[in-house]
Amino acid sequence: MLEVEGLHAHYGRAHILQGVTLSAAQGEVVALLGRNGAGKSTTMKAIMGLVRPTGGRVRFQGQDVTGREPFEIARQGLGYVPEERRIFTELTVMENLDVGRQPPRAGLAPWTPERVFALFPSLGAMRARPGGRMSGGEQQMLTIARTLMGNPRLILLDEPSEGLAPVIVERMAAAILELKREGITVLLSEQNLHFARLVSDRACVLEKGAIRWEGTLAALMEAEEVRAQYLSV
Amino acid sequence: MFENLLVQGLSGLASASSLFLVASGLTVIFGVTRIVNFAHGSLYMLGAYLAWTLVTNLPRGHFGFWGGVLAAALIVGVVGVLIEVLLLRRIYKAPELFQLLATFGVVLIVQDLALMIWGPQDLLGPRAPGLRGATEILGVRFPLYELFLIFVGPVVLGLLWLLFHRTRWGTRVRAATADREMVGALGVNQRLLFTTVFFLGACLAGLGGALQLPRESVNLQMDLAIIAEAFVVVVIGGLGSLPGAFLAALLIGQMQAFGILIFPKITLVLAFLVMAVVLILRPYGLLGRPPASAHAAQVVEPPYPPPSPAFRALGLATVAVALLLPPFLGDFALIVFTEIAIMVLFAASLHFIMGPGGMASFGHAAYFGLGAYGAALLVKHVAAPMEIGLLAAPFAAGLAGVVFGWFCVRLSGVYAAMLTLAFAQIAWSAAFQWVELTGGDNGILGVWPSDWARNKLAYYYLALLLCLGATLLLRRAIMAPFGYALRAGRDSPLRAEAIGMDGFRIRWVAFILAAVAAGIAGGLFAYAKGSVFPTYMAIPRSVDALLMVLLGGVQTLSGPIVGALAYTWIHEQLMRLFELWRLLLGAVILLLVLFFPQGLAGAAQRAAEKRA
Ligand SMILES: Nc1ncnc2c1ncn2[C@@H]1O[C@H](COP(=O)(O)OP(=O)(O)OP(=O)(O)O)[C@@H](O)[C@H]1O
Ligand SMILES: [Mg+2]
Repeated sequence: MLEVEGLHAHYGRAHILQGVTLSAAQGEVVALLGRNGAGKSTTMKAIMGLVRPTGGRVRFQGQDVTGREPFEIARQGLGYVPEERRIFTELTVMENLDVGRQPPRAGLAPWTPERVFALFPSLGAMRARPGGRMSGGEQQMLTIARTLMGNPRLILLDEPSEGLAPVIVERMAAAILELKREGITVLLSEQNLHFARLVSDRACVLEKGAIRWEGTLAALMEAEEVRAQYLSV
Repeated sequence: MFENLLVQGLSGLASASSLFLVASGLTVIFGVTRIVNFAHGSLYMLGAYLAWTLVTNLPRGHFGFWGGVLAAALIVGVVGVLIEVLLLRRIYKAPELFQLLATFGVVLIVQDLALMIWGPQDLLGPRAPGLRGATEILGVRFPLYELFLIFVGPVVLGLLWLLFHRTRWGTRVRAATADREMVGALGVNQRLLFTTVFFLGACLAGLGGALQLPRESVNLQMDLAIIAEAFVVVVIGGLGSLPGAFLAALLIGQMQAFGILIFPKITLVLAFLVMAVVLILRPYGLLGRPPASAHAAQVVEPPYPPPSPAFRALGLATVAVALLLPPFLGDFALIVFTEIAIMVLFAASLHFIMGPGGMASFGHAAYFGLGAYGAALLVKHVAAPMEIGLLAAPFAAGLAGVVFGWFCVRLSGVYAAMLTLAFAQIAWSAAFQWVELTGGDNGILGVWPSDWARNKLAYYYLALLLCLGATLLLRRAIMAPFGYALRAGRDSPLRAEAIGMDGFRIRWVAFILAAVAAGIAGGLFAYAKGSVFPTYMAIPRSVDALLMVLLGGVQTLSGPIVGALAYTWIHEQLMRLFELWRLLLGAVILLLVLFFPQGLAGAAQRAAEKRA
């Protein structure tokens, strides 16, 4: 579904991604792990075209999308949920969902406001509320819901558990597993190993802009030296 | 008395409507694209001219008039689309000042095109069919057309509200106003969105202009006259806020209507004073919000590289020519050389706050002009000799720098640019309207150098000495700890504050130094020309300074010098050789912005780096 090969990216002169290679198969949940500043968010932005890659390839559903405009990539069925959430604070919940709406995609049951409210019931109770007057957890749900309205085949989820209360984290994990059941592929960036274990099939460990380790989560739990070297703070 | 007030109040409302039409387009465009469109006044002017052509050629009657007005608005909308697609689309990521300059280039081009098509004379349009007469309101006769205009404003506001809140397009536009990158990541084609927004904004400007047809004559000064007011309205209302623009239009409309009764002498200043006060109290306008933090990657400017040997040799050669050639030159060439020396200092002073300081100024001519007036006023009122005048120049400009700078350095980006523009307009209006003191439009004549410097060659060396000296001092300051602190504040303001630098104080001092230097240039300019006029502080002169800096390159030390040399030369040639020099100058600006965003010195440096 998604293949990233030797991806490079710069901010100004700083060489941030130094050849990231990873892939995700249809229906898989892949966790991108790494410390603060490892380059997780930058990887996602480079896949999405928000940061222009300076080398390497991104293929989505067999098509080369490297360096395409974000809106074109989004229209191919790649959804992006940013770390900072970036809710439109002036717009109501319904309007936020409306901005994300895209035409239905063959083979996927189209997302409607009713369906996303079924996934995140608390949102359904605040349809007319402006995004700026929602709690952090509610905003996190809204940002995922907004991306779902675009009927993505794959979602890039940047640290969905960050700053959430434990109860909400559990709910978030349930929602991700629900998406997986729908056949949606998920690439998720995480620092919270516990959360990653709840939902992911596979992990890629990022450090200084390159993938250093790859394997199942069970294998990662075994590999104590990998965790010590790349994940513990 | 009461009747008088009522008529003034109603006329104020009618003007507010017209102002709102223009300002609404400007604010909508800014909200989404973050571009302050200087050319918006030109679109307004085009609307008026096109409406004149259409209405006078179409059959008389309702269809001819209203059809002509609407068609003019739509054609202007298409012109707006052309501007967006051909120009703005390429510079959305450029710094604000580039965008302002590019749209100013469009202003120049449209001015000359309109002159070519419609000629220099004022054009009078027909009155609106069905709204020719007057009606009686509380015993006062009031023109029907004005009454009609009073209603147009609120109706347009209502329609725009519906458009933005009840359509999917409007929802997307509001979302893009908050975070356009995110909207793109959700699959919305921002380009198309921006183009449609520009179409709407341009239509509104065109409609505003077309509706003026029965009210006033159509002329070539309409563009800058309205854009200055529209900026004021939009900034007071809060950039990007429609209801804010409406409120501010009402405020300014009323202030101008009653201002004429109460302070006929300072009507021009009044609007800018209000704007300055609002920006000081509410930096983002009445209903505006602080801009959402930019999510785009910010690139930190590299430090200044040491000049290459070739470059250094070129610099020394320039200085040698400046020192040794003049004794062999005639008077005319000496005048040009003197002017170039002055412009180098003027450009260097602006560069000082723009380059290392990272602050935008769209009103640097204020300090140049105040320097000139500081000297000239002493000559006029106390017959002071040149030596005193040249001392007074930097003092006057520096004083203005202390006051204006204190406000301006608190803001950043377009808001700072707008505030500096407002202060420059205040200085300009004072010089223009305070006739007793400044002679108004006639300026101050007879500002001649002392006897020993009256010879053109002597005056040239005096100017060269002062300008070169001040320019070198500014360069020293950039390389001194003060300059490092200034650049640190520009690149990472939070970190600079965290290690105990007082960013505000540093920027303020830089602003004052720049004003002082510009004042020296202005004083020298006054004695070189022998006269002083309000145009020394007008928008075009501020643009001259910006062009010199940008032509040279903001992030190079030699930029302002290269820029001043190149610009003064280009300007001179264009004005001498071509009648349509504005058109060409506009084209030069566009080429510069599109193809040499690093300026000439920057481009040369790049080329040298590549070869190395
Ligand atoms: N806009 C930017 N400009 C310059 N450097 C940046 C920018 N954004 C990120 N960086 C740098 O790029 C590196 C990778 O950042 P990135 O945000 O991808 O890390 P991350 O793995 O997502 O970290 P976190 O877990 O904290 O979110 C960091 O060193 C960071 O300082
Ligand atoms: Mg991150």
